[in-house]
Formats: sequence, C-alpha cells, structure tokens
Amino acid sequence: MALGLGCSARPGSSRANRTGSWRTFRPVFVHDKCSRCGLCIQVCPEGCISEGEGGLPVPDYDYCKGCGLCAEECPSEAIEMKKEEK
Amino acid sequence: MTGDSCSLFEVGHRACGGCAAALAARTILNAAGKDTIIVSATGCMEVFSTPYPETAWKVPWIHSLFENNAAVASGISAALKKQGRKEKVIALGGDGATFDIGMLCLSGAFERGHDFVYICYDNEAYMNTGIQRSGATPYDASTTTSPAGKCSMGNRRPKKDLPAILAAHGAPYVATASIAYLPDLKKKVQKALETEGPCYVQVHAPCCTGWGFEGEKTIAIAKLAIETGLFVSYEMENGTVTRVKKVVRRPVEEYLREQRRFRHLFRPVRNDAEIAKIQAIADKNAEKFGIDIKIKK
Repeated sequence: MALGLGCSARPGSSRANRTGSWRTFRPVFVHDKCSRCGLCIQVCPEGCISEGEGGLPVPDYDYCKGCGLCAEECPSEAIEMKKEEK
Repeated sequence: MTGDSCSLFEVGHRACGGCAAALAARTILNAAGKDTIIVSATGCMEVFSTPYPETAWKVPWIHSLFENNAAVASGISAALKKQGRKEKVIALGGDGATFDIGMLCLSGAFERGHDFVYICYDNEAYMNTGIQRSGATPYDASTTTSPAGKCSMGNRRPKKDLPAILAAHGAPYVATASIAYLPDLKKKVQKALETEGPCYVQVHAPCCTGWGFEGEKTIAIAKLAIETGLFVSYEMENGTVTRVKKVVRRPVEEYLREQRRFRHLFRPVRNDAEIAKIQAIADKNAEKFGIDIKIKK
C-alpha cells in the first residue's frame, strides 16, 4: 500500500537560517582566562560553540544569537558580552 | 569535559536566545544518539525547530498533532517491534501537549505498555500560542488566561502531579530533571531509553519570554527552582522513588522575585500571605521527597 507523505524537509536544513543577525551583544572569549572546562559548549542552546585548538571554545558568530548564557555560566568569567557595532 | 557539542540538532533554529527547550533538545539527542526516531507534538519546540521547508533535526522526526503524540509513538514502536528493529522512539511534547491535550493518548500508550520514552519539556504554560495557563502552571503564576490584577493573584490551581499519574499506570521508570543539571538529564534520558516499557522524563525548562527574565538567566532560574524546592528532581522505579536531588533549601522568594510572572507578589506591596502559601508548597515537596540536606551544627 502506498502512503502519501506530508511535508518533509532535508535533515539539518535549518543551517540556511543565519540567526547571528539577531544578536545585539557579542560574546568575546578571553582565552587567557579560559580553563577549557567546556561548560560553554555544553550550555549553548544553539550548539554554535565548538572545541577548537587546544580545547579552547570557538563560537560560530553566523548563528550565535548573543543570549549571554555562556558568559553567565562561565566559572572563569572568561566570556565578556560586548555591544555589537553595526 | 569538552567535545559535548551535539551535531544531531542543527544550528539555525528559531528559538529565542537562551531557550531552555532548545538546550533540552540538544541534550536529549546527545544522550539518545543517531538511532532514534523523534515524535514531536505541536508546541514551541516543534515550531521553532521545523519552519517549513527547513528542519533542525538530523534524526527521523515526525509531527502530527497536539493530542496524538503518544499514539503516533505507540504505532512507530509497535511497527519497529514487529520488524525486529532496535531504533529508539522518543515522543517529545511541551507541558500543554502532555499535561492537557495529549493526556488521553498518553494514558493509553502507558496502559498498553509500548516500549518508548515520553519526554515533556515543562515550561509551565502554552508558550507558543501566547503564554496561556496549562495544567503544569504553578500556583499564583500570571499568564494571559490567569492574569494577576485587582481581583486575582494569578493561577489559582497547583501544578498537576503528572509523574505520579504516569507511575500509577505501572511505568517502570519515571523521572524529573532540570536543564540546570545537564549531565543528570542526559543520564536520565539514557536510563529511560535502556528501560523496557513506557518511560517518562519531565524536564523543567524555564521560558525567558513567558516567565519574564533575561535569556542569560535561564540556567540560574532553573537552578533556583530546584534549590527552593518548588521543582524536585527525582527518579521513580516501578512506582517507588529511588533517587532524589537533595539541596540546602533557599526561601522561595529568591526564585519568585526574579520573574515577571510573579511580579504581582512584590508590587505595589509585598504580599506576605501569598508568598507564605508558595513557601508551604515548597515545604510540602521537601517533606514528601526528603530533599533537605541536614547541616550539623
């Protein structure tokens, strides 16, 4: 029996939507203070922080909405929220 | 440690900045892995993660309606069983879909004993449609259908105890968790997936838009809910509470005053009588689950 499908979409196609344009504050990562605990990577609701060289967090500003959750939760206070220059 | 980022829930979804439901979705997929089928009820998570023709999900995902979430999951689970396949089925719904609209199908699926996990992200109101109260809305919270004002102090009814209702169905594993403790949430989701039969996990997920606080405070607010005893994180196996997160309790006021939905308890004048009633709810939770850490003097 053939079943008709409803709407379908390609997996992960939301990548087309660059939510970085929503941002008013930008998280700036101060690598000197970073303890490489990886908490920011874990708590980012976007999942747009990845582990870079030497375990340092690397944010993807194309998608970061600037919510500031990473800066708030960082135990080393190594993330500063700076007003976005337009 | 690092390397915990999840690639199964893609960037570019349209959740508010600091959304706890998005964080929960990432963590749940991280715990479940790629051999998972997600059934999603109507709700904020469904809307922000799948605006047609895009989707943030990189695992098989299906949305049908508000009310038949558990029924769709039952069907998928039964079909997989018949074919001898091992994929896991997770039904995801908000508290509106779970506590109210989908209750009938949820009860049916648990009573029939399908092998699936139902996860409710509990943000304590219908956020997607404009913050209407649900069965999960706590006492005295102001929502658009329980507005606080001269004649009302907000929602008049306490939160429905859904975990107990589902445990009473004979569910082998029922747990509550919070986005404030992500490793714990991950462990509970994995345990639910490993347990045969219908399991339920309720994730407390504060909503910055609906509750009225800044997005950066999402985890701090979730933590306060646990630390005040207004939300208890526990595990129930075969109807018995087996593990409870214990805390050194803080007064409920610390949680309430951070949120716009409880603003009327402090302005124009502090309402001691109502705050005492909410404190009594926390005290009752603490006594029921034994969450207090006794400090020796």
